Formats: sequence, C-alpha cells, structure tokens
Amino acid sequence: MVNRKFRCLPKAGIKDGKLMLTFDASGIYCAQADVYIDPWKPVNRAIITHAHADHARTGMTHYLAHEDTVPVMQFRLGADIHVQGLAYYETITINGVKISLHPAGHIWGSAQVRLEYKGEVWVVSGDYKLQEDGISVPFEPVKCHNFITESTFGLPVYKFPDPQIVHDDINAWWRKNRDEDKNSVICAYALGKAQRVLQHLDPAIGDIYTHGAVDNMNKIYETQIGALKPNRRIDSNVNRKEIKGSIIIAPPSALDSPWLHSLGAYKLGICSGWMQLRGTRRRRGADRGFVLSDHADWDQLNTAVLATGAENIYVTHGYKSIYAKWLQTNYGLNATEVETLYTGEALDDTTDKATENKSNEGI
Amino acid sequence: MKAFSELFTKIEQTASTNEKIDALVNYFATANEQDAIWCVALLSGRRPKRTIKTNELWAWSTEITGIPAWLQAESYHIVGDLAETIALLLPPARATSDLPLHEVIHNLADLGNKSDEQKKAYITGMWASLNRQELFVFNKFITGGFRMGVSDKITIKALAKYYNVSENIIAHRLTGNWEPRGNTLAQLLASGEIGADISQPYPFYLAYPLETPPEELGDITEWFVERKFDGIRGQIIIRDSTLFVWSRGEDLMTEKFIEFHGLVHVLPNGTVIDGEIIPMKDDMYLPFHVMQTRIGRKNVTEKARKEAPLVMVCYDILECNGIDIRHLSLQERRAVLENLLRDARAQHPVLPLHISLLLNCTNWTEVAAERLNARETNCEGLMLKRKDSEYKTGRKRGDWWKWKVDALTIDGVLLYAQRGHGRRADLYTDYTFAVWDGDILVPFCKAYSGLTDKEMVDVDSWVKKNTIDKFGPVRSVTPGLVFEIGFEGINPSPRHKSGIALRFPRILRWRQDKGIKDANTKADLQELLNIYSVGKDK
Repeated sequence: MVNRKFRCLPKAGIKDGKLMLTFDASGIYCAQADVYIDPWKPVNRAIITHAHADHARTGMTHYLAHEDTVPVMQFRLGADIHVQGLAYYETITINGVKISLHPAGHIWGSAQVRLEYKGEVWVVSGDYKLQEDGISVPFEPVKCHNFITESTFGLPVYKFPDPQIVHDDINAWWRKNRDEDKNSVICAYALGKAQRVLQHLDPAIGDIYTHGAVDNMNKIYETQIGALKPNRRIDSNVNRKEIKGSIIIAPPSALDSPWLHSLGAYKLGICSGWMQLRGTRRRRGADRGFVLSDHADWDQLNTAVLATGAENIYVTHGYKSIYAKWLQTNYGLNATEVETLYTGEALDDTTDKATENKSNEGI
Repeated sequence: MKAFSELFTKIEQTASTNEKIDALVNYFATANEQDAIWCVALLSGRRPKRTIKTNELWAWSTEITGIPAWLQAESYHIVGDLAETIALLLPPARATSDLPLHEVIHNLADLGNKSDEQKKAYITGMWASLNRQELFVFNKFITGGFRMGVSDKITIKALAKYYNVSENIIAHRLTGNWEPRGNTLAQLLASGEIGADISQPYPFYLAYPLETPPEELGDITEWFVERKFDGIRGQIIIRDSTLFVWSRGEDLMTEKFIEFHGLVHVLPNGTVIDGEIIPMKDDMYLPFHVMQTRIGRKNVTEKARKEAPLVMVCYDILECNGIDIRHLSLQERRAVLENLLRDARAQHPVLPLHISLLLNCTNWTEVAAERLNARETNCEGLMLKRKDSEYKTGRKRGDWWKWKVDALTIDGVLLYAQRGHGRRADLYTDYTFAVWDGDILVPFCKAYSGLTDKEMVDVDSWVKKNTIDKFGPVRSVTPGLVFEIGFEGINPSPRHKSGIALRFPRILRWRQDKGIKDANTKADLQELLNIYSVGKDK
C-alpha cells in the first residue's frame, strides 16, 4: 500500500491544486474563503473548533468560534481579541463559501466546521467523541465529501467503557477514601473534563473542592450554559483543616505541587483514555486510573467516519498512519495521513493553557 | 479465578506496601488452599509448564476478532504486552465462569498432551467467559512474565503475618524447587521438620551498594575486604551424597556445571557453600562474556569446558555437618570454610574450589586504592563485610556492602528508537546509540534504562517529531540527541557491527549540553577496549 503523505504543501501549490482545503505550514487552509481552521501560526482569519490550547492559539487577527467558546477564548487569549461567535447550524458566507458549526461533543462549545463551495462539502471535526457526557451538546454526524478526523485513540485496543460505569467507579472510590479519612484528588484538565467529572459526582458523599484553574472554567460554564454541582474554590479563605474526606478536582499541572501537598493525605485518580493501557497507568503513578475520555475510541471513530458518507478522509493527530491504512484497506476509503501540530489527549498540560494552571493561590 | 483477578486489581490500584500485604493476607484467609499456594507460586515467578505457543494465541484471537494481522501487530507494539493486547482486542464475554484458580492452572498444564483442536477449544472457551481483567490474568498464565507489583519481600511479609511464622523461615521455605500442585502453603511452610527437600538452598544474603564514604563504616579492623567477582553467584550443596548447584536466580544449574560433579566424593554431607562461579584459566579469572559461552548452552561441549573451565570462589559457608550455621559470625564461618577447603585440598590438589582472598588493607585509603585496581583483575569492585555479621536473608543494609568501580562512560548519539515494554509501553524508550567513525555514525550499543519518567516522555515526543524512517517498530531519527552511556566492561565481539560488546550498558545522563559533534568516536571505544581487555582472554 502506498503511503500517501501530504505534508506541509508549499503555499504556491495551493492555488494550482484543485483541493478546496489544504494543509500548509500554518494550518488547515481554505483559499477560497481565505480562512484557516485551528491554525498554529498567526494568520488573518481563523475558525476555532474548540478552546483547548493546541487548537486555539494566540496571535490571530480575527477569530470565529462557537458562542460558548468565545468567553473561554477571551479569558485565555485576552479580552481584547477580535472574535465573532456563532450558534450551532448558523451559517455565514465568505466569498461564496458557506460556513457553519456543528456539535462535536468533545467539550462544551466544541464544534465541527462545515465548509461548502459550489456543492462540495468539507468537514473539519477538530476533536470529537460520540459518548454523551451530560455537559456538552452531543456529536452529530454531518454528511460531506471530505472529512478531516483526529485519530488520538485510533487503535482497536481502545474500547472505552460506558461512562456511567466510570462515574459510579469514581464515586465508589471517593466514598472508600472518605471512609479511610483521606481526601480524593481527581486529575482532569480544566476546560471540559473537569466540568464533566464534577457534574457526575455524588454530593452526598462529601464536599467538592476545585483548583482555581478549574473554577475559572466552571464560572464561564455557569454564566454561559447552566448550573454545576455545588463546589468551592480552594483559595486563601479556605481552612485546609475543613477539607476532609472531600474530593478535589485539579488540572494535571497541580500534581506534585506545594498547593496539592498542603491539602493533607489524599489518593490520586487520573481520568484519561490513556488509562486503558496498563503501562501508562503504572507510569503515571496514580492510585487509580479511570478510563474517561473526551475523544473517540476505535468504534466511535469508525462510526463517525462512516456516518459522514465521505470518500476522502484526512487523518490527523494520533495513530494516523495506522488508522489511515485501516480506512483504506478495510473500507476502501481514500484515506490520507496529515501532519499537524495538534496533540490530542495529553496527560500533561498541553490541553489547558499552561500559564493559567500555575496558580498556587492561598499557600 | 475471580477472587485472584480481584486481588490483582486491588494490588494494581495501590502503591502502599501495607495495603498490598493486607490484600494478600485477606486472600490467604479466604481462598481455597490450593488456590493460595498457586498465588504464592505465581508471585514468586513459578508458572505451569507452557503448553500453548504464542503464534497459536495470535491465530486464534485474530480469528475471533476479525482484526487483520498487521493491525494486531501494530497494537501489540503499542501496548507492549501480548497478554494485554489480546485481552483488549477480544469481544466482551458472552457468559461468566468462576473456576478455582488452581483448576484453571492445572487445566492449562494438562493441555500439553491434548490435540490442537482440544487446546483451541479450551482457550477460546475460556476467552468467551472471562471479563477484561480476568482475560489479562488468564493470558498471563500462558505467556508468563507475571509481575503484579509484589516483591518477594511483600509476599514473605504477608505469609509471615498470616501464618505467624518468622520471615526468615518463610523466605527459606520459598527458596528452591517446590511443587505447588497437590501441595498447600501449610505443608510447604512446615516442610523444615519432616521430609525436607534435600536440594533446598538458603535464601541469599545480598548487599546494598555503598553510597557513603567508607570511613563512615568505622574501624577497618572490624571489616573483611574482598574482591567482588564478576561471575554467577551460587550455592553448592552436598546432602545425601548428592550435589546441587543453585544460582542466585534460584535456578538449579547442577547439570551445566560439570566441574563440580566430583565434589560429592570430596565434601562431607550436609555442606552448603556460598560463592561466585567463574571461569578461570592459567590462574586468571576470565571476564563474564567467557562465562556466557557456558551458561547459554544446553549441552556443555568438551571445547567449551576447555575454554572456560569453572571454579567457585568460595566466600561463605551456611551449613556444616548438616547444621545451619548462618547465625555464627562471618569470622567464625570463614574459619570453618578455610579448614574445610584446606582438608579437601590436602586430598585433592586439583579442586575447583578456591577461597576468596581477604585484601590486606590497614586503612580506608588503601581500600579505595584496591577498588581502583578492580578492572585489572576482571572484578567489579570490592565487597566490605563486617567480621561479626551473621548471614542474613535477602537484601539488607548495615553489615555487607558492595563498592563497585565507577562505570566506564562514553557519549553516544541517538540513532534508532523503538517502543518499550511494561511501564515504558507506548513510548519510544529503547534506544540504539552510535559513535563517530570519521563522518559516519556507527551503532555500538542499545540501552533503555536510566532516564526519568519526565525525560522518557520528552525524548519520546522528540523521536516522533524527528523520525526519518520507520522499519517495522523501529524508527530512525535525525541525529540530534547525545546521551552519556555507562557500562561495566568492554569486550571484542564478532557478532556486533561495531566489533565490540558492552557489559550492562545503561543511560547515565541525557547530555542536553552537548551537540552531536561532541559525541565520542569509534577510536575512543577502541582505546577503552585496548586498556580494559588486554591480557585477559589471550
């Protein structure tokens, strides 16, 4: 099988090429509309699928994103950025290209970008999952000719359990730790995963506390979308002795920090799709690994790709060469792997904005 | 099987030694007694004789999953463990079963004399009735390498707690060959009194590396200083006119060490000697790679015996006239050993037993100087042992220390990377390093240990971004990173492209301060080879 790679096409090639979307040194580009999707270098006009740091970068002149993503971007990239919000399904037209956003189910405010020009449809899915998480609008398949998909967990060993079972496990684990007079620290990135975990905790077990970076995102969620389970930000007003048998939601950067050690004896749980592999669980040194991901597992990826009806699939970040080969050989699709700078589900802090998580307030 | 799988989960989900011990004690208290002994057997690395081949597991599982072989192979490279890969790929169980652990293991062992169809039917039937975690545990019974995050120490502590027997006795009973099948822990742990197994070795006393200046050990007259030989630690046992030779890995190696077979006529019954088994020729101890030509072989040829005749350098005696004398002081034990060897040599001048010489040092400065001489004598360094020390069980601090010479080092350039196994699975952590030969980089060694978890992740991400080409699971990378490689010895090797073989290579440091031009050259390696292998095996 020929490995068709499409790596950083020179800019000159775009005008001559027939493709409506191309991949160049700055990101995914639509020449007809002169707009980039999730670019990693400063450009004039950028459409952002969601506000995680590897997709929403600083330095663009104009941003376009889902209306729930706008306040997060203003918080993370600066209040003075020039950004326009769109509702799902709302359409704008730029130089003949019809552009709309559709639910991606990855985190709240995450969107797939649909672009249509002269009857040809492309969908850039960013990051997505098909599981319903109770806090974001669920993924919807969008029919298209060309589909750009991630492949973070594009390997058949990734089969994620029913999230309800995982949430029950987290509550049972918290209850057990509480009975042993220990706190429970659950590690989840601040935007998305933290709200998802919080919303499924059982407040009857004990008090819920949050790290400042998580609380910042919670506040935006509550203003924008709706109420979350009662929780308290750990700042200098909190008497550490009151935190007993409680659960604390913290971003990965808080692990091993003085902030965390000031909280007394605790057990550590990490929520990530990577926790499916024993080697990763052991390497992370957590007490518990919970298999809870905002990305699509193997079956979800295949379901999503087939549901688009697309013939041309562009596979980005993850096990891209393996997944592209699978799509070619198993479904006969025209699948191509593409180099990007997206990182997928990271166990460290690349998903959140690194600086904002360095909060050691109240120590 | 369910209870054992749950024990496995519990142990995996805690990093606390006490919680692990409690989980084990709880298992011993509630499990069927044949299950309990198999649990201990598995924890100490014993497993049923293998009856299923790896390629059979591959074939049967792909037949069930319908996943193409190439994709299963890719999955395996990323997961890093065959048992786990298959457990993750198989569909969810259609039924549940809960056979006792010992039955499952006996069934597996009994597959040896069954037809291929019967084997397949049994394995695939089990696969269809086990949950994900049980599947992994079951597959591990077949593929081996069953590590649960439980050290021998933890097992021993748990047994001591449950049976209220001292840890030393437990350690002794668990040493050597014992058969779990048809046995119980109660019988095994009581076996010292009646019908004891005459082959049973004593648990080895192991030393920690010395990390403080030797002066802190106090008065030198209280210490014996010996060379630390680079062979195989072993015990020679003579009981009931029968010889047993054990390695420290608790392998019975009697058959391979033909040189010692005559000792049954020389040493009295009830003798157990601890020492280093090492090849020796013309009064010179030979380096370890010569030893490897002996232990790697199934049948020891006449030629191999001539090229690498073995002796034991004896440094301790644990049993004399059938009496366990480990509680005596080292000084007393050594006197017993010296007498025994003197008497034996008087009757048999050509004896494959030598006494480990004591180095005559009157102060720690002289000791430090002797340590630096170690490589000239093919030794790894020195052993410092307190004269009044008893012979303890396992690795203990205080009375025995090993003081090795510093590793030899060379700076190499990262050339190839491959994904690791176990806790390194899914990360590019197995590396091949190269040195300069003119303008060309020539590979000279592979190493995978020595980096911190953080560094592993950083190098992994660098490898992914700097890949030039992929050959199966191996990636070649743009030369760019330099690492300091430490090793214990260097020898010529016709089997390696570079013509040299390193002993115990490992990564000492990631030299982020160095560019690739600062790495060492093949000539530097050649020089080390000339210095450290001169006059050794010629």
